Amino acid sequence: MTPFLRKLGAAPVSAWFGIVIVTLIALTAIFAPVLAPFPEFEVVGPQYSPWAAPHYLGTDALGRDVLSRLIYGARNTVGIALLTTALAFLIGASFGLLAATLGGWFDMVASRAVDVLMAIPSLIFALLILTITGTSVLSLILVIAVLDSTRVYRLSRAVAQGILTMDYVEVARMRGEGLFWIIRREVLPNSSAPLIAEFGLRFCFVFLFISALSFLGLGLQPPIADWGAMVRESARLISFADFSTWQTATFGLAPLLPAGAIALLTVSVNLIVDWVLHLASGLED
Amino acid sequence: MTDTSDLLLDIRDLVIEGRSGGTWQPIVKGIDLTLKRGEILGLIGESGAGKSTLGLAAMGYAKSGCRIAGGSIKLAGEELVGAPAETLRHLRGKRVAYVAQSAAAAFNPAYRLIRQYSEAPVKHGVMSRQEAERDAVQLYREMQLPNPEEIGFRYPHQVSGGQLQRAMTAMAMACRPDLIIFDEPTTALDVTTQIEVLAAIRKVVREHKTAAIYITHDLAVVAQMADRIKVLLKGDEIEEAETRQMLAHPREDYTKSLWAVREFRRAPRAPDDTGKPILTLQDVDASYGTLQVLDGINLSVNRGQTMAVVGESGSGKSTLARVIMGLLPPDKGSVRLDGKTLSPLNRHRDKGVQRRVQMIHQMADTALNPKHRIREVLGRPLEFFLGMKGAAKEARIRELLTMIELDPDTFIDRLPSELSGGQKQRVCIARALAAEPDFIICDEVTSALDQIVAEGILRLLDRLQREMGLTYLFITHDLATVRSIADWVVVMQKGQIVEQGAKDQVFQPPHHPYTELLLSSVPEMDTEWLDRVLNDRRAAG
Repeated sequence: MTPFLRKLGAAPVSAWFGIVIVTLIALTAIFAPVLAPFPEFEVVGPQYSPWAAPHYLGTDALGRDVLSRLIYGARNTVGIALLTTALAFLIGASFGLLAATLGGWFDMVASRAVDVLMAIPSLIFALLILTITGTSVLSLILVIAVLDSTRVYRLSRAVAQGILTMDYVEVARMRGEGLFWIIRREVLPNSSAPLIAEFGLRFCFVFLFISALSFLGLGLQPPIADWGAMVRESARLISFADFSTWQTATFGLAPLLPAGAIALLTVSVNLIVDWVLHLASGLED
Repeated sequence: MTDTSDLLLDIRDLVIEGRSGGTWQPIVKGIDLTLKRGEILGLIGESGAGKSTLGLAAMGYAKSGCRIAGGSIKLAGEELVGAPAETLRHLRGKRVAYVAQSAAAAFNPAYRLIRQYSEAPVKHGVMSRQEAERDAVQLYREMQLPNPEEIGFRYPHQVSGGQLQRAMTAMAMACRPDLIIFDEPTTALDVTTQIEVLAAIRKVVREHKTAAIYITHDLAVVAQMADRIKVLLKGDEIEEAETRQMLAHPREDYTKSLWAVREFRRAPRAPDDTGKPILTLQDVDASYGTLQVLDGINLSVNRGQTMAVVGESGSGKSTLARVIMGLLPPDKGSVRLDGKTLSPLNRHRDKGVQRRVQMIHQMADTALNPKHRIREVLGRPLEFFLGMKGAAKEARIRELLTMIELDPDTFIDRLPSELSGGQKQRVCIARALAAEPDFIICDEVTSALDQIVAEGILRLLDRLQREMGLTYLFITHDLATVRSIADWVVVMQKGQIVEQGAKDQVFQPPHHPYTELLLSSVPEMDTEWLDRVLNDRRAAG
């Protein structure tokens, strides 16, 4: 742990900014029921009330508290994105590393299957599948995980192929080491840096993808609070807002809150990814 | 320096520092260097001596992570330390040029050679593109490149390594600079190719009266090229003298030790009493796709001896090793260990065979997993082949480290990146020994190392052979190595064995013509050697 802490201490300001924001959002997601002043679904006030106590960020079209829904939204959107990314990595990296190490027909079949999946624009493909299967949280996670695993597959396969040409892998093969040992002990430690960086990026894409689907109405279904869906619900308000006084202007700012939250998290994750990449490329000095 | 107007380069008290772990450490520690017009200075020393850093400083250049911390560099009276980037840019390529060790890495693979040749003269406004291209053909001819009219229109991957190195020297000559820095230009080449490149470089540099700094760790090479030699060690100058003087009467002990490296010899070993060979190859043919690389190889290695396999690159030496290791199945023929035919594929061989036959690679850098500590590198074969665990394993790892002359307490927890080149190669040797093998293939194990370190590795291998009765198959293109450790020599050319026999027999005339060519191409510590060989060859035909 000590070398890790030392690296953390030497991290640049941008990385620290990312770490702080991501930690705050993670804490918000975990302690949502404690932090939120009002319940997620209940109508607690009049429609479209301005930013004033007790509804510090106003209420939405049904009179639900926007602040509370933003806090619960962190839990739903971020949690599901994290789960989906993890699943995408499990599928993509396993197949990618296996395909690179085994080669032959396995590589051929897996790579062609991935090519087919990648040939179809992913948003349209996801819309198609979700229309057929219906929009449950489970099907949402599975569909996005499978679609995103194709990208992870390509990366991990390419990285592993580079590593497999090294003499130390040849030494392990000559020793008669098994497939699993070669992947776990020789390939994985050397491919971890690009894979971790990809995890950060992929998380952002998945997160945006869920938000996009929610915006189109095929993501998380109401009344579940979700940042993407919140942008969609309040998007129209911008054109109706009256920006002459502060009280009426807050009404038009409503869609910018979830949109800003999405942007902030995405940028923060990317700042951390940049730092991890920098560390991995050995450019610390 | 009697005639100062003749003085081209004058470096005074130069200090260059490199950044390591957040602090600046000196790499070059206050060195003086002078060079007259048309003179060639040889810089020699082992890795880390600061040769290349000093060479680059003559262009007013410091590598990234390095800085010129003090002293002065005057090129024809003009101060380069602290000069604006604009001034330096005008200088580089025009008045000072640089020839790197790896021409393959220094050329841009996307452009034709002649296009890259004309870049500097056109940019510096010396010539138009047409003039530059006419000039290139002229210089290609002077560099004795085949088809000088059309070779420039090829891409870097379409010409051989030796030709590429000559094309690069021609490119450095393009603006007719006052000074060229040669940074180990022939180190990556075979002896037979090296001699052509050396002859061409020397001819051109002399004819154009260009001054040069020639950086190398090969003394015999520098003896052919340089008028004066400067010996460096860890950023300090050891001594400097005229070449003849330096070769005949080195003053310092360190220089004498450099000179003595090539004298390591051991007495030939007799094969063991059984008289049966440990490994035999019978009528082995092998190919990559349709390209046949091995053609009817027959050899047998005696237990307890060292068989050296020599030949230039592309002769099939390394393919031979891959066939023995079961990495490339032969098209026909068989490999036998103690009389038993081995499966052509390594993964079908039993664990006993995998344990008994080990291989040590040329590049220790890529043969060690950068994420594994020495404990794991050595521990894994112990665990895998011998089932060792816990304290027994730990004790054996320490024993192995002691055997390869590395202190266990210091090294056991290090990563490969924390070792020097020679130390890495030692760890690779220990990894092979961990399996308790009978037969070890050494594939060019010393060719990536400088001579002093290489000699240490050879002595280590020799001691281990004596103590443990190992058998080596030693693949190399360096005949000096063969002279020092081989018992039996196999000479390969184009996938065939052209000559084999006991060492003394192969090194004594009469030779097979190819062996003769190889032998005569090995540079000798004699300033007249290159002239003599070139004359002999011209006379012969």
